[in-house]
Amino acid sequence: MRAFVQRWRGPEAMATVTEQTLPDPTFHLVEAHSHEHGAGGGTLLGFWIYLMSDALLFAAVFASFGVLSSAYAGGPTPREIFELPLVALNTAILLVSSITFGFAMLAMEPGKVRSTQAWLLVTALLGASFVAVELYEFGSLIAEGATPQRSGFLSGFFTLVGLHGLHVTAGIVWIFVMLAQIGQRGLIVANKRRLMCLGMFWHFLDVVWIGVFTFVYLLGVLR
Amino acid sequence: MDQSLSKIIFGRLSWESIPLHEPILLGTFIVVALGGIAVLAAVTKFKLWGYLWREWLTSVDHKKIGIMYLILGIIMLVRGFADAVMMRAQQAIAFGANQGYLPPHHYDQVFTAHGTIMIFFVAIPLVVGLVNLVMPLQIGARDVAFPFLNSLSLWLTVAGAVLVMISLFIGEFSTAGWLNYVPVANLQNSPGTGPDYYLWALQIAGVGTTLSAINMVTTIIKMRAPGMTMMKMPVFTWTALCSNVLAIAIFPALTGAFALLMLDRYVGTNFFTNDLGGNPMMYWNLVWIWGHPEVYVLVLPAFGIYSEITSTFTGKRLFGYSSMVYATVVITILSYIVWLHHFFTMGSGASVNSFFGIATMVISIPTGAKIFNWLFTMYRGSIRFELPMMWVVAFMLTFTVGGMTGVLLAVPPADFVLHNSLFLVAHFHNVIIGGVVFAMFAGMTYWFPKAFGFKLDEFWGKVAFWGWVIGYWVAWTPIYIVGLMGTTRRVSHFNDPTLQPWFVVAAIGALIIGVGIIGFVIQVAVSIKNREKLRDTTGDPWDGRTLEWSTSSPPPFYNFAFTPVVSDLDAWYDMKDRGYQKPSGGFRPIHMPHNTGAGVIISAIAMVMGFAMIWYIWWLAALSFVSLIAAIIIHTFNYNRDYYVPADEVEQVENARVRPAVAGA
Amino acid sequence: MSIHSEANLDAELHAHGDTHGHGSYRSYTIGFILSVILTAVPFWLVMAHPIANAGVTAAFVIVFAALQILVHTVCFLHVNSEAEGGWTLMAYMFTAILLIITIAGSLWIMYHLNSNMMPSVPAQAANSL
Repeated sequence: MRAFVQRWRGPEAMATVTEQTLPDPTFHLVEAHSHEHGAGGGTLLGFWIYLMSDALLFAAVFASFGVLSSAYAGGPTPREIFELPLVALNTAILLVSSITFGFAMLAMEPGKVRSTQAWLLVTALLGASFVAVELYEFGSLIAEGATPQRSGFLSGFFTLVGLHGLHVTAGIVWIFVMLAQIGQRGLIVANKRRLMCLGMFWHFLDVVWIGVFTFVYLLGVLR
Repeated sequence: MDQSLSKIIFGRLSWESIPLHEPILLGTFIVVALGGIAVLAAVTKFKLWGYLWREWLTSVDHKKIGIMYLILGIIMLVRGFADAVMMRAQQAIAFGANQGYLPPHHYDQVFTAHGTIMIFFVAIPLVVGLVNLVMPLQIGARDVAFPFLNSLSLWLTVAGAVLVMISLFIGEFSTAGWLNYVPVANLQNSPGTGPDYYLWALQIAGVGTTLSAINMVTTIIKMRAPGMTMMKMPVFTWTALCSNVLAIAIFPALTGAFALLMLDRYVGTNFFTNDLGGNPMMYWNLVWIWGHPEVYVLVLPAFGIYSEITSTFTGKRLFGYSSMVYATVVITILSYIVWLHHFFTMGSGASVNSFFGIATMVISIPTGAKIFNWLFTMYRGSIRFELPMMWVVAFMLTFTVGGMTGVLLAVPPADFVLHNSLFLVAHFHNVIIGGVVFAMFAGMTYWFPKAFGFKLDEFWGKVAFWGWVIGYWVAWTPIYIVGLMGTTRRVSHFNDPTLQPWFVVAAIGALIIGVGIIGFVIQVAVSIKNREKLRDTTGDPWDGRTLEWSTSSPPPFYNFAFTPVVSDLDAWYDMKDRGYQKPSGGFRPIHMPHNTGAGVIISAIAMVMGFAMIWYIWWLAALSFVSLIAAIIIHTFNYNRDYYVPADEVEQVENARVRPAVAGA
Repeated sequence: MSIHSEANLDAELHAHGDTHGHGSYRSYTIGFILSVILTAVPFWLVMAHPIANAGVTAAFVIVFAALQILVHTVCFLHVNSEAEGGWTLMAYMFTAILLIITIAGSLWIMYHLNSNMMPSVPAQAANSL
């Protein structure tokens, strides 16, 4: 083994001084290989993995809500405080925002800047109305005395729904940042990649909302 | 100053927050402050600020980030070890009438800080550091998938560590144990800043760890050299993959639990309170969903390190490579369904306890398979007992005992007796010191020449080795024994004088471990002094088998002038076997990321925000929160993130690295 | 940057398996129509009480939620076995399993804790009958 290593670096190393050793294609990638680092390939997968970890954050909060979901502590119960028409309205808004984001992505692919920006703006406005309706709901609950401090159940409810709302708010901020960046540089590859990540984020929040309206609101009222 | 105005400006921070009345803390503060001033003065005197900022703080080079993680881990190891010595000293003297020198409240902070620091700011940074340093080299990549994110992860971890250190001198640390347990950490029981320091430090560092894990997984999936299929990946890379997948899966549970506890403490919600429907045990449930897999997050890369070293120093291919990979994957999955064994005594009943007990016992099977794989690799190999290999053997002997006491604790009825006893404490120190810490020293000794271009000194390495190994057994055997006799953990004073001799022996053991730590520091210093004698000119000082040994030591910043093509599991061994020649011409431009200071700046703002929240300085918290968001958004407007290293420069760098080899031949 | 080189880069982006995240007009429309149905029906089930038994209604609501999550995953998130060499699908399934373990495990553990340690909880009363 030792002798072998000696063989490898003895004479060959001497040879480098006199003549050039060109890369041997059996050992090396000889052609230009500029994409192996994150600029291109990894971003979407990396962002997807981030979303998976975010899903597990929601899982922890869902689990806490689940465990505390009947801890009313003598306070209000879901049936007394949830207004399903309001939730249905909010669900509809978020669902429509999902397809408007889809249209933005479809406009992005052929590079239609104006159309992409318009659909993104519509999505952001829908998102903002979702958050507004949610804040209205929170406000009226707190006015009724159903505050997050009232019981374990209400702590879990406000935190779970609020965490989702916080994510939507972050998504809205991100949409506006993207609008500025598209305005600045157009639909360059980097911006397309970012839009794809934003799209995954937005649709992911939709999936989380399915869990929220089912397990928090619908099953809560059925309880 | 007006009382209410002071409240608005400084929150609950006041002169009383600084523990001038505690001589131990005051003395520590003076030593740390003098040391810090000396370092800052030296950096200023030798005009190193520019160099540090350009070459290190803003670096996105995975090797430098890895080295900085390791430095953080070692500095925090010294802090955590100081806590350990304080506890050992207290328990050795505090018997009967003697109350010892640490008041209970201070003692509680010491054991909390010790556990928190050792796991979050020693073990994690050391593991992440070695993965950062080695894994991209092993897969033939030039950097990680997201170089900026890597720098951000490091500095967020540093920000968390700094917050923990600040708690030593301003205010206090948590007294609620290393996972900040409720109900002790609830607002009504701990109204001080302790739990808040804990929560903010760990949330900030936890974001860093999660981002780093996402980064490493993406790197391994997307950036392997051509030809390196999953089943041709080096074992260390495999374990790094599984460990980081696990980290991504579990850290959200910890973040969630901490966030809910923060809401309890800041907003007054009732998640983990004892009234209004709160459930303290839900906190235990969530933190242990993180906690048990975390052990495997740390120990899987350790297993990877042992595998690489065993194979290299026996001169043989690893025995049972595929069984090693499957065992790693099985451990990854099983580790997610054992968490309840940390609170069998909570009272969930027979069905729940038996499920988690059996799952825990099952997990020892793949781990046992690994031990046999290492043994069979060594069997009939020509073993070279150099330092890294010595650590491997010490590990196998020590870790097996820890694993067996673990299986013992997995039996629920036995756990009902041993829960929260010092037997348990001895068990997890046995697996973490014998498994993770030994691996870190093995790994640092093994890859040091790759990182710096010279080997570590052999003599002082042996001092460190024997200090740790002998110290471990002297310190922890008595703890096992008193634990089995029923002594509970987290106690600052004992009434039964017959226990004292055991604790005195344990304290002596801690001092012997101290010899190991000092030996390591001297080893590094002596090696730097004798670096010319210890120089590695080949890039392959141990006759290695994986790709990190195919480039020079230290590697150029782009790692590989040409991306290697892999056709065998032991890729570098295979290349040497087929008469590999290092190319010296035909260089091409290389695509590399720019350095950026954004990671340091964002982390610094996050740290200020944490500090402001801890002390209820609301204006500063709001301001730093807004600046944090702004800093992140501003960073996204920077599109100029990478560049091409011209072919001439690559040629210059490569030639500078070939010459010494020629001179050596 | 010229249009030509932009198109080239775009082609490279696709060549590297980065088509993940795109969808067709058709997939978005189908997804939208399906989700409207899958949302409307459970809301109707709960608000109009067509089924008297709350347990049966709950089971239906949960099934609809699971179906809708699948629809969103396929039509909006475009998860399939080809994107990114199957890694997105694998990550998705792994996460789904861990998610179920986290939620179901916590509920199971805490339910048993309550029934064993807090006899006032109704579950205990039911057991003792």
